[in-house]
Amino acid sequence: MTTVAHQPDAAPVDQHRDPVPASAKWRAGWRRGRQLTGVVPFFAFIVVFLVIPTLVVAVGAFGSNDGRPTLDNLSALGDGYIVDAFVRSILLSAVTAVIGAILGALLAYALVTAKPDGILRRLVTSACGVLAQFGGVMLAFAFIATIGLSGFVTLFLKDQLGIDLYSGGVWLFDLPGLMLVYTYFQIPLMVIVFLPALDGIRPQWREATESLGGSTWQYWRRVAMPLLAPAFLGSTLLLFANAFSAYATAAALVSQGSPIVPLQIRSALTSEVVLGQQNLGKAMALGMVVVVAVVMWLYAYLQKRTSRWLG
Amino acid sequence: MAGVTARRARKQRAFRWIVVIVLGLFFLVPLFAMLMFTIREPDGHYTFETWRQFFDWPQLASTYPDLWTGMRSSGELVLLTVALMLVLLVPTVVWVRLRLPWLRRVIEFICLLPLTIPAIVLVVGLAPVYAWVTYFLGGSPMTLTFAYTVLVLPYAYRAIDAGLSGIDVKTLSEAARSLGSSWGTVMWRVVLPNIRSAVLSASFLTVALVLGEFTIASLLNRTNLQVAVELLGKSSATMSVAVSLAALVLAFILLFALSFAGRRRGQNRRSIRETS
Repeated sequence: MTTVAHQPDAAPVDQHRDPVPASAKWRAGWRRGRQLTGVVPFFAFIVVFLVIPTLVVAVGAFGSNDGRPTLDNLSALGDGYIVDAFVRSILLSAVTAVIGAILGALLAYALVTAKPDGILRRLVTSACGVLAQFGGVMLAFAFIATIGLSGFVTLFLKDQLGIDLYSGGVWLFDLPGLMLVYTYFQIPLMVIVFLPALDGIRPQWREATESLGGSTWQYWRRVAMPLLAPAFLGSTLLLFANAFSAYATAAALVSQGSPIVPLQIRSALTSEVVLGQQNLGKAMALGMVVVVAVVMWLYAYLQKRTSRWLG
Repeated sequence: MAGVTARRARKQRAFRWIVVIVLGLFFLVPLFAMLMFTIREPDGHYTFETWRQFFDWPQLASTYPDLWTGMRSSGELVLLTVALMLVLLVPTVVWVRLRLPWLRRVIEFICLLPLTIPAIVLVVGLAPVYAWVTYFLGGSPMTLTFAYTVLVLPYAYRAIDAGLSGIDVKTLSEAARSLGSSWGTVMWRVVLPNIRSAVLSASFLTVALVLGEFTIASLLNRTNLQVAVELLGKSSATMSVAVSLAALVLAFILLFALSFAGRRRGQNRRSIRETS
């Protein structure tokens, strides 16, 4: 850092005297170049570990095994089983995002009505932090212990109430099971991302509604809901992206078959030599990026709308 | 008016408890089931053998060597990644704020980019890069720190950027420079102490992310805590559930303790909220 030191107010640098006055422009450019060296380590790191991997995926998706450009990989995305995986991934993400958003928003509202520094709020937000970000493999085990074949709830229901959870087949290791487990980390994430928006609601707005003769219903319908709608939709989109990108829980839970895209990528990565389709995984990865990028772009747009009132 | 307010407070309290209890049950049942899973024998008896084993560390290390290496490498990865993240991000962000403001949008865009690239996608692109990393640095799990630094960029950037927005970096650094301090001193003794809580929050997010990471480690064939636990699940289900439960509870206690510490440092609530 010290090599690029400059006195903040020192005008054109002295130690580099230039005989031609017209070269002030050149000197400014040189100075700017010297300042740029300060960000070289950061950009070098980014190029190696972010730009190159991204290019590997983007270029590889359009390349054949021997490196020639081809559209085969992309057209292979139209294969039945890959389309099915994408449909299931999107369905899983959409369902758990909507359920998670609604239940999470309820829980967040319940927290806002509590004391801001109270023990309840601290307990719940800490628990949400753990479950939303830390879960992964461990949540899969939690549900195997709960409603796996010899899980606590499974046995309890069978022994005490005579209910067989799996009379219609074992669904824990398939899409319905994934939905249940994903909901378990989507609700906490909703609480974390939606709480700030709810905190932005001012009690004065409610008082203003009341002083103008509005009812509770009118307050929610005409004031609070329109204000919260962008935040709610944005958070739902974030939850969608979160579920769509999730891998660990599904990988630990599903060992046979690949119902969703991340697991398809896993099998493409681990068995690419056998398949002879090295770049199919890259095409699927590119497909995932496109979906997530669209969702995140919408999210950023809604976030801007939200910050207008609830920032 | 007072009657209305009191009635509303009562209604809100009822609503709050109903929601918290119903959802609380949904969240506590699996955790309770994990506990039962670790202490119940197939014949219906209860035993604490698994937990006795779990707390007997020397024996744990010899019985489950993979678990032990996983725990150790995750611990070391945490330290390495926090260090690399701070060294890479803090000077760059400060420098850009002071000297290259036109680059700020670019840096922000780059740092937020990993949000749109799922880890499972990143690992597809990282595979060839890591072939080189293995060639130069060997196949140690520690090399995962590069990938983890990329993963943590969005969260760490937002935390540090929010911290820097709260102070007047320019005036502070000009004051320090005009009194003759070097850039190193400005960074270490002027900027860093002022954004301590932002740095702490960025570090904490990094710790959580590194300890919870599975995707990249698993697919690049390197062992960390999560990979070891997943592997353990195949051989010793009871112990893997016990480790999972212990990790979740430990993480919860840490976060809960931090929710007190964060406030006591006298930070304004907004910056904490935005970054967590």
